[in-house]
Amino acid sequence: MGKPLRVLIWLAVAVFGSLAVATIALHRGEDISAMWLVLAAVCVYALGYRFYSKFIAVKLLLLDRARATPAERLENGRDFVPTNKWVVFGHHFAAIAGPGPLVGPVLAAQFGYLPGTLWVLAGAVFGGCVQDFVILLFSVRRDGKSLTEMAREEVGRLGGFVAYVAIISIIVILLGVCALVVVNALKASPWGTFTIAMTVPIALLMGLYLRRIRPGKVLETSGLGFFLVLMAIWGGQWVSQNPSLAGWFTLTAPTLALLIIVYGFAASALPVWLLLAPRDYLSTFVKLGTIAMLAVGIVVMHPSLHMPPLTRFVDGTGPIFAGKIFPFAFITIACGAISGFHALISSGTTPKLIRLETETRMVGYGAMVAESMVAIMATVAACVLEPGVYFSINSPAGIVGQVPEVASATITAWGFPVTAADMHSLAQAVGEQTLYNRTGGAPAFAVGMANIFSHSLGGHAVMALWYHFAIMFEALFILTVLDAGTRVGRFMVQDALGHVWKPLGRTSWYPSILGTSGLIVAAWGYFLWQGVKDPLGGINSLWPLFGISNQLLATVALCVATTIIIKMGRARFAAATLVPLAWLVAVTFTASWQKMFDPNPRIGFLAHARQLAASGGSARLIFNDRLDAAVTGILIAMVSLVLIESALEWARVLSGNKPAAVRESPFVPSRLAEEQA
Amino acid sequence: MRRFWSLMVLTVREIFDESAYTRFLARSEMVRSRESYAAFLREYGAMKERRPRCC
Repeated sequence: MGKPLRVLIWLAVAVFGSLAVATIALHRGEDISAMWLVLAAVCVYALGYRFYSKFIAVKLLLLDRARATPAERLENGRDFVPTNKWVVFGHHFAAIAGPGPLVGPVLAAQFGYLPGTLWVLAGAVFGGCVQDFVILLFSVRRDGKSLTEMAREEVGRLGGFVAYVAIISIIVILLGVCALVVVNALKASPWGTFTIAMTVPIALLMGLYLRRIRPGKVLETSGLGFFLVLMAIWGGQWVSQNPSLAGWFTLTAPTLALLIIVYGFAASALPVWLLLAPRDYLSTFVKLGTIAMLAVGIVVMHPSLHMPPLTRFVDGTGPIFAGKIFPFAFITIACGAISGFHALISSGTTPKLIRLETETRMVGYGAMVAESMVAIMATVAACVLEPGVYFSINSPAGIVGQVPEVASATITAWGFPVTAADMHSLAQAVGEQTLYNRTGGAPAFAVGMANIFSHSLGGHAVMALWYHFAIMFEALFILTVLDAGTRVGRFMVQDALGHVWKPLGRTSWYPSILGTSGLIVAAWGYFLWQGVKDPLGGINSLWPLFGISNQLLATVALCVATTIIIKMGRARFAAATLVPLAWLVAVTFTASWQKMFDPNPRIGFLAHARQLAASGGSARLIFNDRLDAAVTGILIAMVSLVLIESALEWARVLSGNKPAAVRESPFVPSRLAEEQA
Repeated sequence: MRRFWSLMVLTVREIFDESAYTRFLARSEMVRSRESYAAFLREYGAMKERRPRCC
C-alpha cells in the first residue's frame, strides 16, 4: 500500500473518530444509537495504537528487536517459552479481563453515558495501555521480574514494601467487593443461586474427568463443563418454579455471604487441580465466548441508548454512589481505563512468553485496548436500559425505599419515569421475584445483556434464560477471581511470615495453609459482611474503596515506570507516564480526602460515622466507617511515601548526583530475530 | 483463512494449558497418560495457583 493511500486511510479514521466523539458528546434529547460509541471507540483505539503506542515504542522505550528476551535466553519449556505474539495476546487478555470492566462502567452510568465513555477512551489510550505496555517491557528487560521486585530495585526498599502492602490490600478489598456483587445478584434468586451452586460440583467433576478419564484434554473438558452449566441454567428455571426446591435456594444476603466465605476458604485449601484449575478453565471458556457474543450482538442489533449523556447526578447526589464526576467517575471505572492490577499480570506470566521485544507493543498496549472495548460494551449494556429501570435496579433500599411503589415514585420524581408494574413485568420476564435494590452492577448488566441478546436470538420468550446466562457468566468470573485471589493472597502472607518463622513460609505445610487462608478469607469476609449489613447496599462505600486502592497500585506502577524512564536517559519523553501519574495522583488523593473527610455523610466515612453516632446508630456500622477511613488513610500515606521516594530518586538522577543506571539484564543478540529476518 | 484458524487453535490451546502439557511431555520424554498428567499438574499447578486473576 502506497504512503498517500495510508495517509488517506488514517485521515479518514481520524475524521470518523472525531465525528463519532463529537456526536456522543454533543447529542442531546432523543435516544442515540450505540454504534456511535462503538465507532468512536474503534477509531480512537486504532489511532492510539497506530500513532501513540508507536511513539512510545520508538522514541521512549527504544524497543530493540535484536535484543533476546528472557523467553529466548532462559527457555525451559515451562515458564520461559518463546510464544507467537497472537497467542501471548490472547493469553494476556484472558488474564487481565475480569469483572471490573463490566461492573465499573455500569455503576458509572448513573452520571449518563458520556463521562464514563470519555474516561474509558482517554484513560485507556493515554493511561492504562501505556502502563501495561511499559511495565511489560521493563519486566521483559529484567528477566520477568515482578512489579514489587522492580519497585525495590529501581525506586528503593520502601517502594517494594509499599507495592507489597498495596497488592495485599487491593486483593482483600477487591475480593470483598466482588463477593458482594455476587451476593447482591443472587439474593432471593433461586434460579441464579441454583445455577451458581451447580458450578461447584461441575468444576469438581471437570477436575476428576481431566485427571482420571481424559488427561490433558482441557478444551474438551471445558466444552463438557460449559454444556453442564447450560443444563444448570435450564434446570434453574425448573427449580425456581418448584415451591419446595425454590425455598432451598431462596437465600438472604447474610446467608449467601456466609456460604461464599466458607466456599472461599475451602477453595483456597483444596488441591489446585480439583477446583481452582477447572473453574478457571470453565470461566475462561465462558468469558471469551460471551464477550465475543456480546460484541456481535451489539454490532448486529445496534441498540439505542436510552440513558441521557449526562444525568442530574453529575451534581454528586447519585443514588448508586455519592460524589461528583471528578473524582468519582475516575475511580469507579478502573479496569476499563487504567488498572494497577494489570501491572501484576504484565510483570507476571506474560513477560516470560514474549518472543521478541517489539511484540510487547501489541501484547501490552493492544490487549488493554481490547479490555477497554469490553468496558465500552458494558456501558452500552447499561445504557440500553430505560433510565428508570436502571435506577430501580441499582438504587439501594436505603435511598429509594423497599416498597416498589415508593421506590418507583422516588425515581420518577428524579425525572426517570418508571412504574412498579413495569418493574414487576420485567422481573417476571427475567425469572426473578423482584429487580428492585439489586445493587452492585451485575443484575443491571445482565438485564441489559439479556435485552440485547433476546432481540437477536430467541425473542422476549427466552429473556429469562439470557438473564441467568449473564448472571452465571459474571458470578463464574467473580468466583474464579475469589478462588485465585485468596490463594495468591495466602502465598503472599506465607512468603512474608516465612521471614518471621520458617515453617509458616512452607506452602505445603497444612497448619500454615489453613492459618493463612483463614487470615485472608477473614479479611475479605469482613469487608463482605460489612457490605451486606450496610443499609445503603455496601457498594456505595466499598466500590470507591476498591477503585482507590486499584488506582493507587497504578500510581505505584507509574512511579516505577517513570523512575526507570528517567534512569534510561529518556527524561524528555517521561511525560508519557508522568502525565497519567499526575492525573491519578489528583484523582486518588482527592477521592481519598473526600471519602475520609467530606462533611456530607453520603460521601465521607467519618461524617457518616458521626451521623450514626448522633442518631444512636449501631456501633458496628460506626466502627466500619472508621475502619474504611483508616484503610484509605493508610493507603494514601504509603503511596505518598513512594511518590516522595520516587521524586527524590528522579531529582538525584536528573541533577547528576546519582549515575543514571538501570538494572536491566545484559544485552544478548536475539537468535530468533535473526532467524525471522 | 487456514493460517487464521491454526492461530486461533494455538491461542486457545495455550490459554487452556494444552500446549503447556504437550511441552511438558516433550521435555520429560513421557507419553500422554494419567501419570504424566498428574506429574504435569504437580509441576504446573504450583505455578498456576500463584497467578493472580485480574479484576
